[in-house]
Amino acid sequence: MARERPMTSAPAVQAADPPAITAGRWLWVSKHLQRQVVPRIVLALVCALYLLPFYWMVATALKTNQELVAYPPTMWPDTLAWSNFSDAVDYIPFWRYLRNTSIITVLTIVGSVVSNPLIAYGFSRIDWPGRDKIFYVVLATVFIPFPVLIVALFDIFATIPRPMWSNGGIELGGNWINTYLPLVVPMFFGNAFWIFLMRQFFMRIPFEISDAARIDGASEFRIFYQIVLPQALPAIGVISIFAGLYAWNDFLGPLIYLQDETKYTLAIGLTFFKAQREIQFSLLMAASTLVVLPVVALFLLFQRAFVEGISLGSVK
Amino acid sequence: MSVATPRTQKGVLSRVRLTRKERRNLGVGLLFVSPWIVGFLAFLVYPIYYTLRISFTKYSGFGEPAWIGLDNYRALLSDDLFWTSLYNTLYYTALAVPLGAVVAMGLALAMNQPVPEVPIYRAILYLPAILPLFALSFIFLILMDPTKGIFNQILIHLGLPNVNWFGNPKWSKLALVFLAQFGAGQVALIFLAGLKGIPVTLYEAAMLDGAGAWNRFRNITIPMMTPVILYDLILGLSLGLQVFTQAYVITQGGPADSTRFYVMYLYDNAFRYGKMGYASALAWVLFVITFVLAMLIFRWSQRWVHYETT
Repeated sequence: MARERPMTSAPAVQAADPPAITAGRWLWVSKHLQRQVVPRIVLALVCALYLLPFYWMVATALKTNQELVAYPPTMWPDTLAWSNFSDAVDYIPFWRYLRNTSIITVLTIVGSVVSNPLIAYGFSRIDWPGRDKIFYVVLATVFIPFPVLIVALFDIFATIPRPMWSNGGIELGGNWINTYLPLVVPMFFGNAFWIFLMRQFFMRIPFEISDAARIDGASEFRIFYQIVLPQALPAIGVISIFAGLYAWNDFLGPLIYLQDETKYTLAIGLTFFKAQREIQFSLLMAASTLVVLPVVALFLLFQRAFVEGISLGSVK
Repeated sequence: MSVATPRTQKGVLSRVRLTRKERRNLGVGLLFVSPWIVGFLAFLVYPIYYTLRISFTKYSGFGEPAWIGLDNYRALLSDDLFWTSLYNTLYYTALAVPLGAVVAMGLALAMNQPVPEVPIYRAILYLPAILPLFALSFIFLILMDPTKGIFNQILIHLGLPNVNWFGNPKWSKLALVFLAQFGAGQVALIFLAGLKGIPVTLYEAAMLDGAGAWNRFRNITIPMMTPVILYDLILGLSLGLQVFTQAYVITQGGPADSTRFYVMYLYDNAFRYGKMGYASALAWVLFVITFVLAMLIFRWSQRWVHYETT
């Protein structure tokens, strides 16, 4: 660790020789410029660039058809065509797709919240031989490109039966394709990123409280559930946010597994606007705004959780 | 990356016999991580093995796969679209990943400025990274449109030519590389955490030695950040080789196959042409390419990654 000051450093000399009084004022001005003004200008420009997509999405979403074809494009619509939003919602079965997406999102959150803390607990607060070697395998799975699995996963899900209602009872039959099962069930088996994040959090909780409970004869599951988990609620919040986002933003999964139009998610539904010969630009942007809005709202509400979650999950 | 391992006894595995407590812990520990083990075997190991097996067969997804040995792999070699998609994907990855690391580092430095309103900048720079990629892609379709987009209007004002980004094979991949930079906020936050972890004393000592801002960045910040940069490069490599959604949404492989990426070709073979065997061969080749490139980066990193020694 390089905490100490190197012994070889030159004796402390102030950066600049004492300047003349007028020059001193200039030095102050230039320092102030360097510290406060220049970074602000750069930051503002970069932020403007990063806000550009949002601005253009909303501006396009509110343009009438006549205004949309105008060249050069108007920077902000002359007349705000709010009706684009209701038209967009009617153009595709928006509410049905919103419902479908919400079901998948909720089930994904449930699966992640049930599985990841349990797994992370086993990787952090119980001392078993071989634990850390297996944890390296968990971390390594992050780097495997998911698309190499899609052919096999599709074929596997196409052959395993699912529980189905029939004659008032439950029977096994059919397969998992065109259901939400392939999207949701794997979430109950943990995700490397979230296991890592949860584990980081668990390791910060003092181990003494577990030891005390063990002496009192509490079972490991009880220690997990009643003592450690209540202290990890912020991390569970972070995981539910990330899991919800993952499901909401997923494109490839629904594209592969969902075949029936009534089962589609918003991600697939939005492609309908482009499938026509004439792309419905303003309707597409209106629908995109509606899909993006919950994400932005969630972010504004839980900004700190996002930033801390990522810092927590980052490798040191 | 290094994983802290608190409270682990050294060399437990070397001892053949476990104490009663260790045996108990092993049982309980495995029970806790068992969901992951099941998922790992069922949704990762088995599918990878399954893909390998199918890749030696002719299989449409229906009926029985017919064994054809290495024919799929042989066919790959003479398949122009395979080479085109591989070239496109490597081209995209080679640009998007290093550029992404540079942009993320720039953003992280920006996010680390000592101005009071910096949380607002941080939020703005991070926000596009959590948007659905499909939605961001739709937005860019219009943002970078030559007649309807504001991006080209800005270019024209700066005296630059009006480019048909997604309609010209020369620019289409570069436009997607540009799009990818709007997701850099995610990595920037990870870099920012790294920046904050660098001991201030290092900078103070360097300033006493008269080192300028660039020197401090070059000789303290970068070396201290190399483990995180390595992590980002390898993860970025894996994600770059997977590029799919943007191209599927915006260009659908066009124009002139300039954005026909590897995974898109794989998807088409599997789910459009019903060539599951061929798609499996493609998948395995991608798997091997990813692994080899990751190993190469890792090997190369031994020469520049600076690990803190205690």
